[in-house]
Amino acid sequence: MVEFALPANSRIAVGKRVSHAKGAKRTKTFKIYRWNPEDGQTPRVDSYEIDLDKCGPMVLDALIHIKNDIDSTLTFRRSCREGICGSCAMNIDGTNTLACLKPIDDVAGDVKIYPLPHMKVVKDLVPDLNQIYAQYAAIKPWLQTQSAPPPDRERLQSPEERARLDGLYECILCFCCSTSCPSYWWNGDRYLGPAVLLQAYRWIADSRDEMAGERLDDLEDPFRLYRCHTIMNCTKTCPKGLNPAKAIAEIKKLMIARR
Amino acid sequence: MATAYQIIDHSYDVVVVGAGGAGLRATFGMAEKGLKTACLTKVFPTRSHTVAAQGGISAALGNMGEDDWRWHMYDTVKGSDWLGDQDAIEYMCREAIPAIIELEHYGVPFSRTPEGKIYQRAFGGMTTRFGEGRAYRTCAAADRTGHALLHTLYQQALKHDAEFFVEYFALDLIMDDDGTCRGVIAWNLDDGTIHRFRAHQVVLATGGYGRTYFSCTSAHTCTGDGNAMVLRAGLPLQDMEFVQFHPTGIYGAGCLITEGVRGEGGYLTNATGERFMERYAPSAKDLASRDVVSRSMTVEIREGRGVGAHKDHIHLHLEHLDPAVIHERLPGIAETAKVFSGVDVTREPIPVLPTVHYNMGGIPTNFRGEVLRPTPGNPDTVVPGLMAIGEAACVSVHGANRLGSNSLLDLVVFGRAAAIRAAELVQKNSSHKAVSSHSTDMALERLDRLRQAKGPIRVSELRLEMQRAMQNNCAVFRTGDVLAEGVTLMQKAWAKRPDVGVSDRTLVWNSDLVEALELDNLMYQAVATINSAANRTESRGAHAREDFPQRDDVNWMKHTAVWVSDKGETTIDYRPVHLTTLTDEVSVFPPKARVY
Repeated sequence: MVEFALPANSRIAVGKRVSHAKGAKRTKTFKIYRWNPEDGQTPRVDSYEIDLDKCGPMVLDALIHIKNDIDSTLTFRRSCREGICGSCAMNIDGTNTLACLKPIDDVAGDVKIYPLPHMKVVKDLVPDLNQIYAQYAAIKPWLQTQSAPPPDRERLQSPEERARLDGLYECILCFCCSTSCPSYWWNGDRYLGPAVLLQAYRWIADSRDEMAGERLDDLEDPFRLYRCHTIMNCTKTCPKGLNPAKAIAEIKKLMIARR
Repeated sequence: MATAYQIIDHSYDVVVVGAGGAGLRATFGMAEKGLKTACLTKVFPTRSHTVAAQGGISAALGNMGEDDWRWHMYDTVKGSDWLGDQDAIEYMCREAIPAIIELEHYGVPFSRTPEGKIYQRAFGGMTTRFGEGRAYRTCAAADRTGHALLHTLYQQALKHDAEFFVEYFALDLIMDDDGTCRGVIAWNLDDGTIHRFRAHQVVLATGGYGRTYFSCTSAHTCTGDGNAMVLRAGLPLQDMEFVQFHPTGIYGAGCLITEGVRGEGGYLTNATGERFMERYAPSAKDLASRDVVSRSMTVEIREGRGVGAHKDHIHLHLEHLDPAVIHERLPGIAETAKVFSGVDVTREPIPVLPTVHYNMGGIPTNFRGEVLRPTPGNPDTVVPGLMAIGEAACVSVHGANRLGSNSLLDLVVFGRAAAIRAAELVQKNSSHKAVSSHSTDMALERLDRLRQAKGPIRVSELRLEMQRAMQNNCAVFRTGDVLAEGVTLMQKAWAKRPDVGVSDRTLVWNSDLVEALELDNLMYQAVATINSAANRTESRGAHAREDFPQRDDVNWMKHTAVWVSDKGETTIDYRPVHLTTLTDEVSVFPPKARVY
């Protein structure tokens, strides 16, 4: 048998325990992944017990409460706090989702929070998303046409044609789906992953775009598209209720239809 | 100290700070014109708060009924309570039409009419024939127009291969001794390095500062960093007393519920179930402009007709609308109402409350985006090398009160205008003048002082103190006494700045330090806002003084310019309102009583 030794920083230590719930009627413990790139230590999981009556209903409220009142070194991305900017994507209670849309009460027992899985960690709950942003740019996610648009009015699009973009254009690029996909975990360097493929299909499906053929050519590849094995974690985890797996299936159907 | 930080130098023709709607439109517009352009942003572009805009973007396309850009201009002037500059408003409303067509050509997934044209909805204060009828002018992508717009603009930036520096936090402007802006200093959160960007034009597109208040629809990142950089550079901000309260923030959470709900037929009721807006605005009713609706709601609550156990909010109804309409046109707010107030909008009303939403004030500019610094001889003196656009700027197209769906328009029209102006001003790839290290040293000293700060007061504690002072003392209704108390409260808060402490001393993604820097930025703007409000002894637009209930055109038809010193002291001066037009296609709208 070959013996494997995991790198030191893949072992997660037990971190500090802080209770900030004196006299509280309702408490909850948050176990949060911590890693500081500048202190030379291995990652750890810190526990914070908080008073639920001193914070809002969502997991993001709890993280902000911890940062404000207990430990200001805790680091995470956040911005809009209403599920539209996609900043606070993280793994909560075993599922990738947006902290701002996840009610604390939905989690039984302690709330375990990790960064989005299988991405390089910059610090604590902040993952490095540069590769996935580059993959997004690589599918040319903009309207491509050969014919010139009418000079002084909009291109026409029927409500039915426009309805085909519903469920596609709403993606907020939080990447909960891509980072929940085992195929993306293994082949993230070559497989585009569900979020980017959903966007690829958003342009194929747009009646105004005239480059569907070229877009499909670019996806016709054993890795870029066909590493999707219909595992469906993407659809299950999407915090916006979108269905990337279906979009990928639509691309695959178009590939077959044009043979 | 400053030598302890290694500085990485860059040279560009233009540097844009901020990647929301205005910043992105400027960035790819400049790249398109062949200028070497960099865009710095503290969040990835599609996370900017433009993404949260819901209802739409105005333009007199006339897709859903008659319309004319002059009517749009009249509505905007009236909405501004005659504090808007009419040349800039003319420019915006006329340019709106090609701007929206251009956005559609870029690929924005607008909702459509049966004929396949861009769908347009009614919005507050938008009328036809100079106030006679109701205009359908607000172009919408369901209720996710900001999201659709911001993503499309980012996509265009990708198409034009614009250069981004993402998660770079801008610290301060580099100013020459002669008052020219030469660049900007920024901190790269990703690896902790310090960067000095030299540029012939710096374009501030850093958004509003809603987070000076306790309850706002604005994102956590809306801290007006560019406004504060301008104040620290010894330049003034303009009309900071004008803070818009959006009538329908979700009670408690503060999340936005679009005015488009009322545009699609939704309405407000008080505790007796009365549609009270009929009393306050007999003609426009629930679609009066935002300052009017927010004040009416506040009066209802104050007079004991609020809803709920504490009679402290109002109901917004859309349960009478066809569920198919909600599904097609308002799906996003149906979701938001469910998540943040547990309400099924097809069955029950949404609990709402006026909530801080938008800053009409900001960095004074002309309609080309150039920053102004009023001097004794010339109120329109340009600051060389510096531009400002979007919510950060005060052009002023919104005056004392912005109309809904005019802000997305402001972003794209003036983002484009800045690109056009920069292309005229900047000689491509020309060499940069040497800059003194003074600005760099100041910026790094400020960074290092806060990074090492060991004081006893938490950032969150001082922030809360400021937010409460602003929320309580600079609200929908204001009086001299309450404002004076607010000025004192802000002075006390300002005095605590040296006692703030930070626990994280690292440089990679030190969000503790980011929040400390943002708080410092917010404090400058809170001081500017409350002092400007205490100074203006009239009621105009969003600035409603109970002790001075009338608009006073004789004494106050002028912009406030406010400077804030590093001791938190303010100096106030004025700029005249531009009562001129750019062309003879329209004449100036003289001031008259503002009734909806």
